[in-house]
Amino acid sequence: MSGKITGISGPVVTTDMQGLKLNEKVSVGCGKLTGEAIRIEKAQAVIQVYEDTRGVGLHEPVTATGMPLHVRLGPGMLSEMYDGLQRPLERLLAKQGPFLIAGKEVDVLDYSRTWKHVSLKSEGDTLLQGEFFGYVEEGSFRHYLAYHTSSQSSRGDGKRPSKRRIASIKEGAFTLGEPLGMLDDGTEFFAWHDWPVRIPKPFKKKATSNEPLITGQRSIDLMFPIARGGTAVMPGGFGTGKTVLEQSIAKYADVDIVIYVGCGERGNEMADLIEEFRVLSDPWASKPLMERTVLVVNTSNMPVAAREASIYTAVTIAEYYRDMGFHVLLLADSLSRWAEAMREISASLEEMPGEEGYPTYLSSRLAGFFERAGVVETISGQNGSLTMILSVSPAGADFTEPVTQACLRATGASLILDTSLAYSRHYPAINWNQSYSLYTTELSGYFKEKVAEQWPALQIRCREILQKEESLKEVIEIIGVSGLQDDDRLLITIAEKIRTELLSQNAFSDDAFSPPEKTFSIMERIIRFYDMAESRLKNGEPLEDVLKEGGITV
Amino acid sequence: MRLSEHSYRTVTSLAGPILFLENVRDAKIGEVVNVKTGEGRNIEGEVLSIDRGKVLIEVYGESQGLDLGHTSVVFTDSVKKIPLSRDIVGRSFNGSFEPIDGLPVYIPDRYEAITGVPINPASRSGPEESIITGLSVIDGLNTLVKGQKLPVFSASGLPSREVVAFILKHATTLAAEKNFMVIFAALGLSFHDYSFYMETLQQMASGYTAFITMADDPVMERLLAPRYALTVAEYLAFEHDMDVLVIMTDMTNYCDALREIATARKELPGRRGYPGYMYSDLASLYERAGRVNGKSGSVTMLPVLTMPEDDITHPIPDLTGYITEGQIVLSRELHQKSIFPPVDALPCLSRLMNSGIGKGKTREDHRIVANLLYKYYAKGRKLRKLEAIIGREGLSSDDRVMLDFADGFEKHFIHQGEKPRDIFQTLDEGRNILAQFSLDRP
Repeated sequence: MSGKITGISGPVVTTDMQGLKLNEKVSVGCGKLTGEAIRIEKAQAVIQVYEDTRGVGLHEPVTATGMPLHVRLGPGMLSEMYDGLQRPLERLLAKQGPFLIAGKEVDVLDYSRTWKHVSLKSEGDTLLQGEFFGYVEEGSFRHYLAYHTSSQSSRGDGKRPSKRRIASIKEGAFTLGEPLGMLDDGTEFFAWHDWPVRIPKPFKKKATSNEPLITGQRSIDLMFPIARGGTAVMPGGFGTGKTVLEQSIAKYADVDIVIYVGCGERGNEMADLIEEFRVLSDPWASKPLMERTVLVVNTSNMPVAAREASIYTAVTIAEYYRDMGFHVLLLADSLSRWAEAMREISASLEEMPGEEGYPTYLSSRLAGFFERAGVVETISGQNGSLTMILSVSPAGADFTEPVTQACLRATGASLILDTSLAYSRHYPAINWNQSYSLYTTELSGYFKEKVAEQWPALQIRCREILQKEESLKEVIEIIGVSGLQDDDRLLITIAEKIRTELLSQNAFSDDAFSPPEKTFSIMERIIRFYDMAESRLKNGEPLEDVLKEGGITV
Repeated sequence: MRLSEHSYRTVTSLAGPILFLENVRDAKIGEVVNVKTGEGRNIEGEVLSIDRGKVLIEVYGESQGLDLGHTSVVFTDSVKKIPLSRDIVGRSFNGSFEPIDGLPVYIPDRYEAITGVPINPASRSGPEESIITGLSVIDGLNTLVKGQKLPVFSASGLPSREVVAFILKHATTLAAEKNFMVIFAALGLSFHDYSFYMETLQQMASGYTAFITMADDPVMERLLAPRYALTVAEYLAFEHDMDVLVIMTDMTNYCDALREIATARKELPGRRGYPGYMYSDLASLYERAGRVNGKSGSVTMLPVLTMPEDDITHPIPDLTGYITEGQIVLSRELHQKSIFPPVDALPCLSRLMNSGIGKGKTREDHRIVANLLYKYYAKGRKLRKLEAIIGREGLSSDDRVMLDFADGFEKHFIHQGEKPRDIFQTLDEGRNILAQFSLDRP
């Protein structure tokens, strides 16, 4: 099926082709650019092109592929770096040199690599949709292979029964190009399958989680913990350390697999990240970090529409690993760029704009995306989780803008990054007064049991001290520190200790990763000193002497 | 490839730089067209959008004098390209890529499209060596690294012009073998500024290429000049192994031109009337900075912009800050104290600094000196606010030292007048000031 181009405006192309389906993937122009049908009318269809349309001309051909925009899921994705359309950037580099030229196709998965298949099924067994039939070893992971009909049917008739018997199944060495077996209706199945990016992968049921995702960042784990399967956003103006924090979490989080999306951000940062991840090792499993990471990169100068797709590509890959029973963490930097890409596309479609030019479906799209996180019981009965920590870049550091607001409504934790903290070089610049986590109470049981009985109690005390400091600050501005009562001066000193020793953490030192035990011991030391000092003050000892004991001079 | 050139006289509407053409049989997005006026004047333009036979064209040059009956449009079947050659070093051009130094155009090695192609993130190599500007506050505290994009945020009335001239004259690399040059793109200059910069270019030690558009040139040229500059920079960096520093001033004029053109296209305005795609557009310039694996050259960028109303949250500095790797911020307060360069160190940041400094790169103590200076200066600045309320007498003696340190730091480290410092002089100066207040040990 094919047609011709009848109009072009930015990334939007119209064609006279008929019979397209909504969200079907199409190839556009002589350069074979990837596009997706987003609006269909009687005599024409509107296509969003994911690559630079410069040089595309009138009357060039448009071809339908019969598939929706999809990703190919199979072994070999770990430590790969993909663009927003799942093109492997490293193999693309080998093929076309250091610059990205539009329209070049490279196989998503490496078909030359040999894998060893261990089958879990034998001939005559039934095979259900989404069920595992075998596994391969990928690095240190057991990579389960699932059966999905979408891998074979191109234009699905929808009537195919999802339950089939296996006619034959292969063991041992294979490459991804070979089928691993055949069903009784004659269809072959492979180690990979395709999945449309905009449709969440199925699971048996969703559960709530009482387990935290340990990030190794004290201010997060202690003050604003994030649950496995939860969602957190980090809004912050430029220079507040969003990217450094995202990358620190990517390095130290207690998860099996990390999917990192560089969405409309800087190319040099990605180069830096890759170099670092190759060298650094996972603190939980002592192997190179890259082996547990998949990167999806669409830097700010790569085509806008692919930036919109990159988030979906990444979340689908994340769900694929979740379905094998892994704990997966999706990090995206930054969600605002995604929303802006949506705005650009919406504008070129001449849709009616909502707030600040963003389309009116912004908040429902965001909420729908967040819903793909969660702890699930997979089809094969395992427990997997997908947690999301996403940065947001509000324009002008103004948190009232639509993207930040829509995120705050839909996510479970919000880590507000503060410009003034960043200017005074307090990193991570998480503002302890404005940030919140809705998981705190649910998770306190875990910390109580696994780390220390006193964890929740001391955490509350830290909070109180910081809150009191905040109200004392106004007084200090008028009368100076020396005008305060001794007990208030002590509180100010302790608050400073909490800020500098507990909450701030240098991402480039040995302290970059802090396990909960270390976090607790620092907190305990500070609070114990506070209690001691307070009681001695009550006994009439001068403040200077009390503080000297703690190694503090006034 | 079309075999014949085709030309149309079917212009149906004209508005500023925008032109509608009907019944066009074949056209490409981004294709360059030659628009001929009734009097035979020739203006270049570009295809912006196509809807069946209707084509929207934007002209690069002055659109005055165009009419419906006599204007003809010739399609060239090619996107906008410029001639490239190593001989471009030492030359100056205007916004239409015509030499303004009186010499003829060189013989091109080849032609290249000015929009550029994104660098594959997998082929980027990490930042390593630094570029020395001669200004202590940049080199010492916010080091510019090869492949980085580091903007200067100025405000009206501040001497951004003199800062640019200083860097033009003194920027260099630390490498023994100098393969360093500067590309200067001036966007919308007044004649006063023009003569100032022309004089500066004569005094430059390194090689340079300049692209100059004047305040009264067509606004489209302000959108083209940075792209010429970057295309030339990529060519010299990645094919002739040069370290190229691209200085662009003033990006506020660029963004205003972008807004003007967007409005003429009847596009939906975003924040403060700037188009919604301004982030992507600016990124398509700034992201062209970088280094590529296997090539020794680099493209480094130093865009200069004026913050309207001194507001750092204005869309121009805001979007720039989100794309670039740090910022250098000029301050009115320091300027009033006659400190040059009047750089406010606190909101400044160079994200790539860590990779470009230290042993074997600049000097082993670089990080420590920078951290100490930052720490004490931040303390001193905080105390200044307190001093304004409770007076100097109300402060402890330690606090008074911090106040004096902040003053000394501004007067001796930041301020350097016309004299450039190399990196060792900068670090020594930092150590001197710390020692003077006995703060040199953490």
